[in-house]
Formats: sequence, structure tokens, C-alpha cells
Amino acid sequence: MTENQNLFFQKFGITPTDLQRYLAEALSAGGDYADLYFEYLTTTSISVDESIVKSASQGISAGCGVRVLSGDRTGYAYTDDLAPAKILRAARTAALIARGPAQQPIQGFKEKGAHQLYQVSSPSVDADIAAKLDLVMRADKNCRAYDPRIVQVRGSYADELRQILVVGSDGTFATDVQPLARLSVTCIAKAGQNSSRGVSGGGGRVGIDYFLTEKTPEAFAYEAARQAIIQLDAREAPAGEMEVVLGPGWPGILLHEAIGHGLEADFNRKGTSAFTGLIGKRVASEKCTVVDNGTLPSRRGSINVDDEGSPTRETVLIEKGILKGYLSDKLSSRLMGMPDTGNGRRESYEHIPMPRMTNTYMLAGNDSPEDILRSVKRGVFAANFGGGQVDITNGKFVFSASEAYLIEDGVVTAPLKNCTLIGNGPDALTRVSMVGNDLQLDEGVGTCGKDGQSVPVGVGIPTLKLDSMTVGGTAH
Amino acid sequence: MATQTEVLSASQTDLREIAADVVSRAMKDGATAVEVIVREASEFSTMVRLNQVETLKESGSRAIGLRLFLGKRAASTYSSDFTEQGIQRLVGGALQLARVTSEDPYAGPPDPSQLGSLPGDLKLYHDDVYTFPPEQRIDYARRAEAAARSADPRIKNSDGGSFEASTGRKVLANSLGFIGEYQHSACSIAATPIAQGEDGAMQRDYWYTTARSVARLDSPESVGKEATRRTVRRLGARKIPSSRVPLVFDSETARSLLESIFDAASGDAIYRQASFLEGKLGQKIASDNVTVIDDGTIPGGYGTTPFDGEGVPSRRTVVVEKGVLKSYLLNCYTARKLGLQTTGNAARSLAGNPGIDYHNFFMEKGSRTPQQIIADVKQGLYVVDLLGFGVNLVTGDFSRGATGIWIENGELTYPVEEITVAGNLKEMFLNISEIGSDLEFRNAAACPTLRIDGMTIAGE
Repeated sequence: MTENQNLFFQKFGITPTDLQRYLAEALSAGGDYADLYFEYLTTTSISVDESIVKSASQGISAGCGVRVLSGDRTGYAYTDDLAPAKILRAARTAALIARGPAQQPIQGFKEKGAHQLYQVSSPSVDADIAAKLDLVMRADKNCRAYDPRIVQVRGSYADELRQILVVGSDGTFATDVQPLARLSVTCIAKAGQNSSRGVSGGGGRVGIDYFLTEKTPEAFAYEAARQAIIQLDAREAPAGEMEVVLGPGWPGILLHEAIGHGLEADFNRKGTSAFTGLIGKRVASEKCTVVDNGTLPSRRGSINVDDEGSPTRETVLIEKGILKGYLSDKLSSRLMGMPDTGNGRRESYEHIPMPRMTNTYMLAGNDSPEDILRSVKRGVFAANFGGGQVDITNGKFVFSASEAYLIEDGVVTAPLKNCTLIGNGPDALTRVSMVGNDLQLDEGVGTCGKDGQSVPVGVGIPTLKLDSMTVGGTAH
Repeated sequence: MATQTEVLSASQTDLREIAADVVSRAMKDGATAVEVIVREASEFSTMVRLNQVETLKESGSRAIGLRLFLGKRAASTYSSDFTEQGIQRLVGGALQLARVTSEDPYAGPPDPSQLGSLPGDLKLYHDDVYTFPPEQRIDYARRAEAAARSADPRIKNSDGGSFEASTGRKVLANSLGFIGEYQHSACSIAATPIAQGEDGAMQRDYWYTTARSVARLDSPESVGKEATRRTVRRLGARKIPSSRVPLVFDSETARSLLESIFDAASGDAIYRQASFLEGKLGQKIASDNVTVIDDGTIPGGYGTTPFDGEGVPSRRTVVVEKGVLKSYLLNCYTARKLGLQTTGNAARSLAGNPGIDYHNFFMEKGSRTPQQIIADVKQGLYVVDLLGFGVNLVTGDFSRGATGIWIENGELTYPVEEITVAGNLKEMFLNISEIGSDLEFRNAAACPTLRIDGMTIAGE
């Protein structure tokens, strides 16, 4: 029995017989499938601002969500009280979506072998608060030490431990204990009339050791300070279509916005995505192979099982430019007659699961980053980004460059003010003419929003050249 | 069909008693000041797609948040566990955390003289949201979608019609003797049709109505029709060359520009030197026709509350008057940092120190209709949607994806997409040359149609 089973079975006194009873209640009005999602979440956050620790907080939330599927209809109810009467009541409410004779859930749960993706000896929520405090203080001190023009620094550390139990009327039984930690640094630089901002951070499904050895507060502090100081001299970005080179790592948000959301199965099942009906068609240059992979050890977007209890896996989305597959959950997989890719995710027990990305990235190509930059006569090199957004129906997507430079005659020159890049999902990647040999995944900062639900994700690309993309600057 | 949940079963006195109990326990255990929020809410949502109920969701929840001080040190905890053991852990955890945070001379609860609650019925709760029968809730969603789908033959698909309702109660108590509470309700109808043009390209848009009472919602039919009008006008959208022309922002996109004024005038951004409005009090930051107000006292307003997240009564604050920045928006902490008085804009979530939020935040309307404003533009763009997060409050740099309709000789012509609109907020606010007469509160923030000159469109 895993540690997590112990939590729900022992702390809350739930038994396998109870689970069968709740599922039977959920299917009491018919329905094709029902599941229960138990969640126990503990969080910690600490922040330093003006070199003092102004806030520290901890919290606990626990609850159970009951879902009933009937055809393509979903009934959902949740409770934050795990008493049997409350769960049964939620089950009865969720059951109202269905019409028909009561169904019986499969007797006897089967637990599948799951990944072990989190190599965490002791989760950081259990670590000493003083150790976390030390991380943010070091971030503050080192960011300020980088340059006297850094006038403000905020460092924050947040971690959580999410313990889940998922059982389904198809015999699904899965547990997971998901750690997640993140350290972030934001700073402001000032010089005369000019101000600028630098942001950095990272983490993953890691323990506090990660920030003591692999990625230290100093590393994030310097990175934030470096960006802010560079931006002090930024000039107006150009406006219009031009060659664009994306740096490796976080600029992979391009894939997330341009194609990732458009390939989520729910939109394609409903025919509302710009990618609907394009399986087997060319949607990228032949240099592009893009995957979604929830099984990378310790990554922010990785999970042993998804929030429907299915093991995560690697799914090829685009292979040498050809669209290969969608990201699906149980509902879409059943209705579309395609495999469940283990991408059914949800923000919490209060939310209905839906197809979501995990870690989405493009495989490395053969070009050296230097050759890629050298090939550009006049264009933009975007090294870092803020957020992005997509309209999945018309395919238009944006992502905002927070660190970008002009490229003139193959040389990276002046830093540019923040600007948004805009493109069209189904054809943006057809303009990829060079793919670097330097694939990097992001530092572990991504949070994706869809239908009001946030989940942690990862992205990555090697250095990429797009022959044409619209850059939203102000200079003519 | 779904029955009403009994989430409001915990009686009014229960929540007050819980809050008061936690305050006194934490004080007894050594805190020097305590503030507790208890909230209870029920939610209902349904979506009807292609005339079938696709999702039906109904539930309720409760949570408690504690913030306490040990002298000048602060910490907070939250929980959904209301058992004796859960409350003990909540109080014990916060006290433990407060021993490790730093002394902050500006930290602390409000001055007792600042505490209070607006008198009278603010009309924040209407029973009809709670009692509206589930069958009719589903029917509203169905009717909105049906109206959208039948309004134009080019509507070929749909992301559904929806109805959502929420009711709840909030209690705030502190160790200075303040205890306040209020009940609130909200409901909405929305429709998201999908149109397809002759070239096969699809477009979506949506429309919605929100109110604190079911009786005050627009009809599902009018929501559906408007959603379709907004969707089909995007069909055949094209890219245009880069240019610098006047932009007319519709009231929805103008609202997001107005929200940038809030973000930049918020005390947190000001004391952290993270705003382009830092140090600009008393200076001209917008054109003469611009007056911006935050008013937490409007009966029935979406942003109205009897008191803010620290127990300070909500009030009316003139933020910008005839183009001059008159006030920042502040909570107690940022007010002390800046040597000013709180404006009653503290926002309290379950965890952490209070942030800052607006109440009903709006730009005063002008005298001309959107049609008259558009009619004056020889060549320009009517902006109906903005995409992405390309706003830098430190520098004021603004660059976002846009969808619009090209204006030629004062007439709306063809739709435009895959372009960006860019400028700097400092100049954009000074360049607001027209403000429409169409101020309508659909949310807590509202802005009339705006014309702004001097921005750059990036396209082909």
C-alpha cells in the first residue's frame, strides 16, 4: 500500500467498499462511466520584498470531485467534506446528468504500474521553513549585488504537495504524491529616466535540495538582474513581418500556443479547432518534430498519472512536419475512438478534467545556433518571453518577447523594447527553415490556463529560425 | 433534475462565531493582532452545446483564512478543515510562521478609527439567484445558444450557451473588535457561436450578460443574437500592412486599457517603483477629457462591498480628474509606505498579505456615440479584440495582438486579424482624443469607446 493510500484510507477512514458504494451511487441514474478524485493539498509560500520577509503562508485544502459521463454529457459535483454522507450527496448530484437504469461499477480495482518521476527524498513542504527563507534572502542579496542600478527586488518561493487518489467505475485505481516547487525573482532597474524589469525563476517536481545544488538562488538572481540591466538600453522594436530567431528553452511557448492547444482533443472532437481534420496533413516544415511528454523525470509538467488515473506518456504531435495526433482524456478518447494519451488534467477537485498539455517541445535539429543567427540579414532574435495566448478557432496566437535583440547582417545587436509576436497556428511552423542542435527545456515556470483552470506545464525548443513572422513593435 | 445544494446550511451565526472564535484563540495564544476571513459559496454552472446539456456542475465550499501579527511580524494560514483539529493547526501554524518572518515597521492592522462598514442595503444579494429552478437555468443556456445559432446561416458550429450562478457569504473579523459580513449573488448567461465562411475558415466570438439578480439579466435571446453579430463580422478577416492610423477601441477592449490605469495607480506598484505612474500625483497623465473614478458604494455594483479586505469602509475615489492623476488606490500597508491614507481598496484572499483591487472602476463617459466617433475617422481601425499579455507597467510599453474592423471614410468595412497594436501607455492616455457616451457596467470595471491616435499597427 502506498503512502498516499494510507492518507485517504487512514486519515479519512475511506475503504475500498466505500469507494464502490460512491461509484454505484454516481451511476444510480445510468451513465457510462463515473470517477472519484480525492485530493489533499498542502502549500507553503514565502516572499522577500525590500530585503525583508514580509509574508509567509501555509494552507491545506482537501476534497473530492465526483464525475459522471453519459454519452458526451458530464455531470460534476464536489465536496470539501470527506464524510461519507457528503460524498454520496455529491455523487447523487453528479448522477443527475444521466437518464436510465442504474449501472454497476466494475468490482475490484486494478492499480497499474506507474512511473516514478519525482526523485524527491523528502518533499520540500516538510523542509524547515528557515531553509526556504534562506533561499529568498539569498536571491534578494545577490540580485542587488549584481549592479547598483537594481533598485527593487522581490523573491518568492512556493511549494506544494498534492496527494491524489483516483478511482473509476472501469476499475481504475491510481494514487500519486506530486511535489512541486518554484523559486522566482523579479527586479526593477533604474538609470536616469529609464526603468526596466527583469524576471527569472524555475523549479519542478523537486525537493528543496534542487535549489541548493542544481539551480541556486544566485543563478536566478543574476538572470533577473541581467535582463533588467540589458533592458535599460532597449530601443523601439520594429513593426511588420520579418525573419525571427527564437532562442532555446522557454521561447518554446511558441509550440504551446501555436499548435499545442489546437491539438487538444476536446476542440477537435467538437470541430472548433483550426487544426480540425488536419491529421496526416502538413502543418510544419519537415525539420519539425514536436512531442508532448509527461514522463520526463522531475519536470514541472510531468506527472506519474494524469488526473483521471491514467499513466502519462510521450505522444508525437508532429513528425517531420506531418500532424500525427491529438492529446486526449478519457471522454474524448472514447467518443473519438482514439487512444487515451494520459492528458486528462484538472486544477483541483473542484474542476472537471479535460485534455491538457504536459511538457511540449520540439526535438533538436542539425543546425548550430551560430549558423542560424549568421543566416539572418535583418530580423529579431527573441531570447525570452512572457506569456502567450491563442484563439484556437481561427488559429491566431501571440507571445510576448521580454528579451529581444535586433539581428543585423548576421550579428545580434541592440536590445529591443518588449513586443508581441503574432502568427497563425496551422502555418507558423511551415516557416521554420532552421532547427538548432541545442534543445533546451524551460526552467520550470510555466502555468497554462484553459477554461479558467490553471495547471503546471513545461515547454522547450532548440534555437529556431522562422522565415517570416509579424513583430509588433512601434518603429518603422 | 438537479436540486439546490444545502451549502448555506451553516447558519449566519455559525460563520460569525467561527471567525470570532479563531480571533480570540489566536490572541490567547500570543498574537498581538489577528484578522480572520471566513467565506462560504455555492456555485452552479451548465453548458448546453448543440441543444444538448453538455455539462452540469453544482457544489458548495467553505474556507477560512487567518492573518496574524507578532508585533511587526506577519504570517497567514488557510484551510478548508473546520474541525477542532483543523482550527488548532490553522492558529498554531500561523504563530509558528510569524516567528520567522521579518519585522516590518509598516505592517499591522488598520487604525481602529479607520474600521467600519457602509450602512444600508447595498443590494449585493438577490434571492432569485438561489431559488431560480434548475430546469430554467438550463433553459436559459439553451435559449442563448439557440438564438445564436438561428441568427445567421453562417453559424455552423457552437461552443455552447451557458448559465452560471453563484451565491455566498463573507465574514471578516479582527482583534480590534471589527466584525462585518455580507451576502452576495451573481449570475450570467453567455453564448459562443462559431461561424464558417465560404473559404472554410472559422471564427468565434461571444457575448454575455451578468447581474446580481436573475431578473436583471438581459434576455438569453439578446445575448445569443449579439454573440452572432460579433462572430459573423469577423468572417473573411485579412491581414493589413503596417501603418500608423487612429484606433477606436470598443468598450470591451477599452476596458482592458482602463485596467492598466488601475494596475499602474495601485499602491503596490507605486511603492515598488514598478509603475510608470510613480511620482506622478498631481501631474497630467491623460488628455483633459479623461476622468477615472473608483466607487465602492454604488448599490448593486459588481465591485460594491460594505467594507474592504481589512475592514475599512468602501468609498468613492477620484483617481484621474480631467487628465490629472489625483489619487493612487491603496490599502493600509501601501498607504503607510507612501505616507498617505488608505482608500479602502484592500483585497483579501485566503492567504498572504492583502493586495489591492478596484471596486467599481470606470472612466466617465463623453457625449458622442461610438458611431459618431467612427464616422470622423478617415482611415483607421475599430479594435474589437485584444490578445496576449504584452503590457509592461514599469515602462508603459504596450504591444498586443488585435482583431478589428477597418474604417474607411468613416465607415466600417472589412475585418482585420493577425496584427498587433503597439505604443506606450504614457502617450496612449495623453492621446485619448474621443470618449464615447456608451458607459455600461458589465463588470466591476467599465469604459466607454475610446479613440487613441498615434499607435502603430504591425501587419504584413
